[in-house]
Amino acid sequence: MSGWFMAARSRLILLALVLLANVAVAPGFLELRLVEGRLFGGIIDILNRGAPVILLAIGMAPVIATRGIDLSVGAIMAIAGAVAAASVNAGHAWPVAVLAALGTGLVCGLWNGVLVTIFRLQPIVATLILMVAGRGIAQMITEGRVLTFTDDGLAGVSSATLLGLPLPVLIALAAAMITGLLVRATALGLFIEAVGTSPRAARLAGVPAPGILIGVYVWSGLMAALAGLIAAADIRGADANNAGLWLELDAILAVVIGGTSLYGGRFSISLSVLGAVILQGMRTCILRAGLPPELNLLLMALVIALVLVVQSPACQPAIARLTTRLRRRGAA
Amino acid sequence: MGDLAATLLSAHGLTRTYPGVRALDGVDLTLRAGEIHALLGENGAGKSTLINLLTGAQPVEAGSIHLDGREVRPKSPAEAAANGIVAVYQEITLLPNLSVAENIYLGREPTRFGLVDRARMRREAALLLARFGLSIDPAQPLSAFSTAVQQLIAIARAVDMSARVLILDEPTASLDSAEVAVLFRLMRELAASGMAVLFVTHFLDQVYEVTDRITVLRGGKLVGERRTAALPRLDLVAMMLGKLPSGDSHLQRHAAREPGAPFVTVNGLGKQHLVAPFNAEIRQGEVLGVAGLLGSGRTETALLLFGAERADAGEIIVDGRPVTLKGPRDAIRLGFGFCPEDRKLDGIVPDLSIAENIVLALQARLGWMKRLPPARQRELADTYIKLLNIRTPDAEKPIQLLSGGNQQKALLARWLATQPRLLILDEPTRGIDVGAHAEIILLLEKLRDEGMALYVISSEVEEVAAYADRVMVMRERRQAGMLAGDDVTPSAIIDAIVMPGAVPPSGRAA
Repeated sequence: MSGWFMAARSRLILLALVLLANVAVAPGFLELRLVEGRLFGGIIDILNRGAPVILLAIGMAPVIATRGIDLSVGAIMAIAGAVAAASVNAGHAWPVAVLAALGTGLVCGLWNGVLVTIFRLQPIVATLILMVAGRGIAQMITEGRVLTFTDDGLAGVSSATLLGLPLPVLIALAAAMITGLLVRATALGLFIEAVGTSPRAARLAGVPAPGILIGVYVWSGLMAALAGLIAAADIRGADANNAGLWLELDAILAVVIGGTSLYGGRFSISLSVLGAVILQGMRTCILRAGLPPELNLLLMALVIALVLVVQSPACQPAIARLTTRLRRRGAA
Repeated sequence: MGDLAATLLSAHGLTRTYPGVRALDGVDLTLRAGEIHALLGENGAGKSTLINLLTGAQPVEAGSIHLDGREVRPKSPAEAAANGIVAVYQEITLLPNLSVAENIYLGREPTRFGLVDRARMRREAALLLARFGLSIDPAQPLSAFSTAVQQLIAIARAVDMSARVLILDEPTASLDSAEVAVLFRLMRELAASGMAVLFVTHFLDQVYEVTDRITVLRGGKLVGERRTAALPRLDLVAMMLGKLPSGDSHLQRHAAREPGAPFVTVNGLGKQHLVAPFNAEIRQGEVLGVAGLLGSGRTETALLLFGAERADAGEIIVDGRPVTLKGPRDAIRLGFGFCPEDRKLDGIVPDLSIAENIVLALQARLGWMKRLPPARQRELADTYIKLLNIRTPDAEKPIQLLSGGNQQKALLARWLATQPRLLILDEPTRGIDVGAHAEIILLLEKLRDEGMALYVISSEVEEVAAYADRVMVMRERRQAGMLAGDDVTPSAIIDAIVMPGAVPPSGRAA
C-alpha cells in the first residue's frame, strides 16, 4: 500500500489543493450532513457529479495502456441513454431498459475492438468513426428530440440512495473495484501492459493479444453505457446531441493525470479515478466561485497543462533535485 | 597498406559503449579518394555505430577522425555534412510529400529578397539531376517516384552538399537489378571524380562487382581491411563469421553421442517470399545449428517453426503427429520457446520488471484467469536470477536497466520457466559481453545434456561447430545443406555458405 501512496503522492497533493480551494470558495465544503438517510456535502457532490467521467476513465485506462484510445465513449453514452429511454417509453420495465443500454455499450465496444484488432485500424481513427456516427445513431433513436421519460425506476439510477450514498457514487466505486480486481487479481493487467509496451514481444511470448485488445474496448463500451444511463436518468431524458458531449476528452485527461502514458504501458485504475475526481473538484470549485463558465475551461486547461508539465520527463530531474535539496535543508 | 597521399578519411580507435556492451571497440577505417569501399559485418558487428560516429549522429567516445589530415569531430549530421561526410540510408530519409527540388535544397533553399526562389531551385535541381542521368520534373512530389529514383535523388542531394565521403547504407536492398546497375555506374563516376564511397551491404556479389577495398567488422571490432581483388569469397565469409585463419577450431568439439529420439520433424516447410521449403529433424538432447549470412533466410526458418509466420507449404511433425501452427501460442502449447534476434524490439518488454518479464510466457500459457500469485512470481524470478547468474540487485527493477547479456539471460529464463521441450534461439550471444557470452554457451550445453532439443541460429561459426550436433546451412533464402557428425567444422560450414565454384543464382547484379 505504501507503494501506491508513493505513486499517488503528487495526485493526492493536487487533490488536497483542489479541496482547499473549494473550502476557500465555500466554507463548510468538507462538512457532511445526514438528511433523511442520505449523506450531503461537497465531497459527495463531487463524486456524484463526477461519476460519469470516473466511469469513462475506468474504461479508458486499460485502452490507453494498450497504446490505444477510445474517442467514442461520449457518443456511446448518448446511444445507451437513448436506448434506455426508448425502451421504457415502449413499455418495457426499467431493468430491461438498463440491460438493453448495457448490451448496446458492449456491442459498440465490440465494434471498436474488432476495427482495431481484426482490421488493424489506428485506434484514434477506428473510434472516431463511432464518435461521429454514434451521435447520428442516438438521434435516430430519439428521432431528433430530447426523449423524455417518466419511469421512476430508470430515473432512480441517478437519484436513488443506497447505504446513505447516491447510487451513481456507488456504481462508480463498484465499477472501480470490480475493474481493479479484474485486472490485478488476474493476469489481465500484466498482459495489457505487455501488449501496450511491446506488442511484438508480447505476441512472441504467447500473450493472447487480440483477445486482450478486443476486451479492453468492450469494457470501455460497457463503462460508457453505465455513464450514459446515469446521464439520462439525471435529466429524465435522452439528449442525443449533448449527453456525454466532450466527456471522452475529460476521461483521457483523467487517465493521463493518473500517470498512464499515451504511449501505453503501465496503468492504474485507482489513479485514473483519482484523476477524474480532481477534474470534477476543479470544475465544482470554479462553478461555486461564481466565475463565468468561459473561465472554467481556461482555468482547467491551465491547471492540466501545469500537471502535465510537472510530470513531463523534461521536468522530473529538476523536481528530484529540488526535493532532495528541500529534504536536506529540512534535515539540517 | 595503400598510398598515404590519397588518404581522404582516416579514423583511428573509434570506440562507443552502450550500457553493458561495447558497440564499437577501437576500430580503424581508412578511405582513399577515388575508391569504393565496402563495410561488411553481421548484425551487431558495429557498422551502424561506425556510420553514426562518422556522421556525428552519436558522439565519439574515444578515437579520432581525420579528413584530409585535419581532425574533425562532428557533433551532428549537419556538421558532418558541412565537413563533407554525408550518409544516405536504406530507408529514405527525405520527405515524400515535398517536391523533388524542395527535398534537394531542404534547409539550404536559394533565396531572393528573403523569399525562396522556387524557379531557380527547380532549374538548379533539374541541372543537378541531369548530371545523375535523371530527367525528371523536379516540381513533382518525391513520392511520385520509385524507391530507386528516390535513392538517386537522395544521393544527388548528398553530393550537391559538397560531399567528399559518401556513405551508402544498404542502398540496394529494395532495388531491382537494372536499378542496381544504374546506382553502381553512378557510384563509379562519383569515385572517379575523387570522392570516397563507403558501401554497406549484405550482398556479397555486389561487393565483388563494385568495390575496391573491404573492411570487415565483427562484434564491434575490426577484423581487417583487404583489397577486394585479393580476397577470395571464402576468406571474406570466414572473416565475417569469425572463423580462425589457422586450420580448424580451437574450441573442443563435444564427443559424438547417441542420437536422441526425434522430437520435431520439418518436411518442406516454407513460405513464399520468405524462405523456400526446408527439411530438418530436431532431436531431444541435441543442438541443431543454423548457419548462414545476414539475409540468408536463417531467421525466417525460426519464425515458421515457431508459428510467428504462417507457413504456406510443408508440415511440422511433433512426436510423430502433424501439427498446424496458427501462431506462437500453438507452438508454446507444444512446448516450444523462442528467443528472437532483436532482443530490444521482439524480446524484452522494457517497462515491465525483470520478474514480470521472466513469468510472462508461463503466465501467458496458464491463461489470464490463473494468475501466478506474487509470491510464486518472486520465487520463480529469484530462482532463475540465481540459476542464470543475472546481475541485478532486485527482481523488481525494470528490465531495460540490465545489460544486453543479462537481458538475454532473463529471456532464456522466461522460456525455461515454461519447461520447454524445444528452445529456438536466434543469435543468442549477439551484442553481449564476453562473460555472459561464455555463460550462455555453457547453459545451452547443459540444457542439451539434460535432454532439451535446441535450434540455434548463429553467425559464430566456431561456436556452432563446437556445440552443434548437426548444422543446417542457409543461403539466399533456401536450405543449402545439412552437415552432420565429423563434417561439422567451421571450414565445412563456410564452404557450404559460399559454395565455391558455383555460380550464384542471384540475378541482382547486372
